[in-house]
Amino acid sequence: MSVNAQAKQFLKKSRPTRQARTRQMALVAATVVLLGSIILYLGAQKQFGPLQYAQLILDGLRGGTIYALIALGFVTVFNVTGIINFAQGGFVMLGAMLAVTIHNGLALAGWPAGPRLAVAILAAVAATTLIGVLVERLTIYPARNAEPLTLIIITVGVYIVMQGVALIVWGTDAYSLPAFTTLAMQDKTIRLGTLIVKAQSFWIWGVTGVTMAVLYAFFERTMWGRALRACSVNRTAARLMGIRPDRMSALAFALAAAMGAIGGVVLAPATRPAYDMGLTLGLKGFVAAIMGGLLNPPAAVVGGILLGVIENVGAGVTRAGIKDIFAFIILIWVLLFRPQGLFGRQQTVEKV
Amino acid sequence: MRGFHSHRNEWGLLILALVVLLLGLFEIVQPGGRNVSSLTGNVITFNTLVRIGILTIVVVGLNVLMGYAGQVSLGQAAFYGLGAYISGILTTRAELLGIPGSVESSWWWPWLLMVLGMAFTGLFAFLVGRPILRLKGHYLAMGTLGLGIMIYILFRENLGFRASTINITGGFDGLVDIPRLRIGGFVLWPLSRYYFLVWLMALLSIALALNVVHSRVGRALRAIHGSEVAAEAMAVDTGDFKVRALVFSAVLASLAGSLYAHFQAAVSPGPFSFTGSLELVVMAAVGGLRNVWGAPLGVTVILVIEEFLRARGHRIFAGIGSEAEPVVFGLILILIMIFLPDGLTTSLRRLPRLWQRRPGRLPTTSQEARP
Repeated sequence: MSVNAQAKQFLKKSRPTRQARTRQMALVAATVVLLGSIILYLGAQKQFGPLQYAQLILDGLRGGTIYALIALGFVTVFNVTGIINFAQGGFVMLGAMLAVTIHNGLALAGWPAGPRLAVAILAAVAATTLIGVLVERLTIYPARNAEPLTLIIITVGVYIVMQGVALIVWGTDAYSLPAFTTLAMQDKTIRLGTLIVKAQSFWIWGVTGVTMAVLYAFFERTMWGRALRACSVNRTAARLMGIRPDRMSALAFALAAAMGAIGGVVLAPATRPAYDMGLTLGLKGFVAAIMGGLLNPPAAVVGGILLGVIENVGAGVTRAGIKDIFAFIILIWVLLFRPQGLFGRQQTVEKV
Repeated sequence: MRGFHSHRNEWGLLILALVVLLLGLFEIVQPGGRNVSSLTGNVITFNTLVRIGILTIVVVGLNVLMGYAGQVSLGQAAFYGLGAYISGILTTRAELLGIPGSVESSWWWPWLLMVLGMAFTGLFAFLVGRPILRLKGHYLAMGTLGLGIMIYILFRENLGFRASTINITGGFDGLVDIPRLRIGGFVLWPLSRYYFLVWLMALLSIALALNVVHSRVGRALRAIHGSEVAAEAMAVDTGDFKVRALVFSAVLASLAGSLYAHFQAAVSPGPFSFTGSLELVVMAAVGGLRNVWGAPLGVTVILVIEEFLRARGHRIFAGIGSEAEPVVFGLILILIMIFLPDGLTTSLRRLPRLWQRRPGRLPTTSQEARP
């Protein structure tokens, strides 16, 4: 290949031409059409009508919202520290389990149903946030100069410890938290035509929406949020501006833990929380974050919701047992064809 | 001997072979009615030694992939599982593929499957590795993570088939009654016989890996680890070498999987889950990634810690019992990674220097002063 041809090749690589963009769009469209037709075919075998699909999508939206929250935690930590935090799922589990325990403890102390649930939720989120900071200070901070792989293995160790402690404290039982609307184990069911939605789903959507709004305001409007963003753009420059990156790392872990705990708390009444719920949820949140390109919070949210819907529809038309496989099929597909995330631009020039 | 880095490696292999031989003979002869298990106060059983051997084979491959090619695999248990399931399924359910019973019951069939399993797993790694390894940094870890979990779910869910119509992997319960290996009429069982086969394979894989990393390929891999761009500028086809390292590790994992299937005589999806993959990475990292010897060391340390906690944990942590095991394991892992981030082999090599240093004297170089 002549130098000229090489240069052309390089330019082609570095700037996504219209042709490349069209190709990408065609690829995505082809996948969507293929996936859609497989789903419709399998659904037709089970005699699914639009209502069944609507129900599956609605249920998927609920799970997806939780994935979105967890994905936000991943993105926050990755942006600031460059670590993939495998303990993220552990924060979700801790949030849910602590809420259950505090709630039951207050119930024994004779508190009325409303306040004890509210206090349990707030205390669980606060405690998990604190645990997040402790995790960063005790395990990540002392190893801050180590390679990313070492740090990732440390977060794996943190997750193992969290799950192990949860096993000792709570055993293998599945617990339950009262629904936020009825304050009882039996949740209110809302009917939209023939569709069935649990009232807790609206809490999940509402709380997640508020959390994201607060997070947005935090990143855009407060000094700390801006410092955090500065740190993710350029650590060294941020440091020169008087921002302490290691403190920002602790702050990122605190935020991630808080978001995980909020996810766990609002999810708890809709599922039966147990000591080992964190791993799967954490991995799904991670896939959602990858779908968003790992660096882009709004894209991670869309990724999470999309993942929840695809997964639920996919499991609906096939079998519940293979529900988890869809997330990882999506993961591989995204890595191969859209490593910059579903909505990211093609990276321009490779850094040396 | 060409290829070996230094005579130390040959001595290492020789010493390890001797230790293996002595322990095996000890178990067979049982002098004074004592065996390996009673020698260690029932902490490390002979069974553990066989497991160390099998996992060493997997981790040697992972060590080369991670330490020399610099590519993390979070799905290595899937390759391990592929070997185990290929051996398991085709020695117990060969009729699914229309293979006659006379072949299935012949002594050479499991050995052939072991080789076929390695070939298939290697090919699989090649096909998936090519596109995935184009990605850089964490992306390979993520891709292998997804791949590993997908394969695990396929094992667990009977490849997506309904178990009532066609039962391939046995679902959650897995496969049972996998035959022992034999050569003609000589059965490689009881465990003391199988032990020698496993460790022969383990020693061979260590020797093979040592040869690979100290060959032209190994130098190319280290160059990739150092800087992919620089390696490419030196005319190293980075993609090709990374795929080769992945295939190498997958083939070794498959071999270990087959050995595992005939060792347990049963296969269930559990050990091939994401947790299984993580444990393999932990073993490799604890042992140290800059040195092939980190593999046997890491496996031994992790398994001995696990066995120790299992056997003695309830006495140390009174009232909590075996549930404390994962907590202590996790804490040890965190501590090793904080204080010995380069793994045991690299850190242990620094020990003699620490010894020589006189008390009260300042460290000579800033390099040594760093924790």
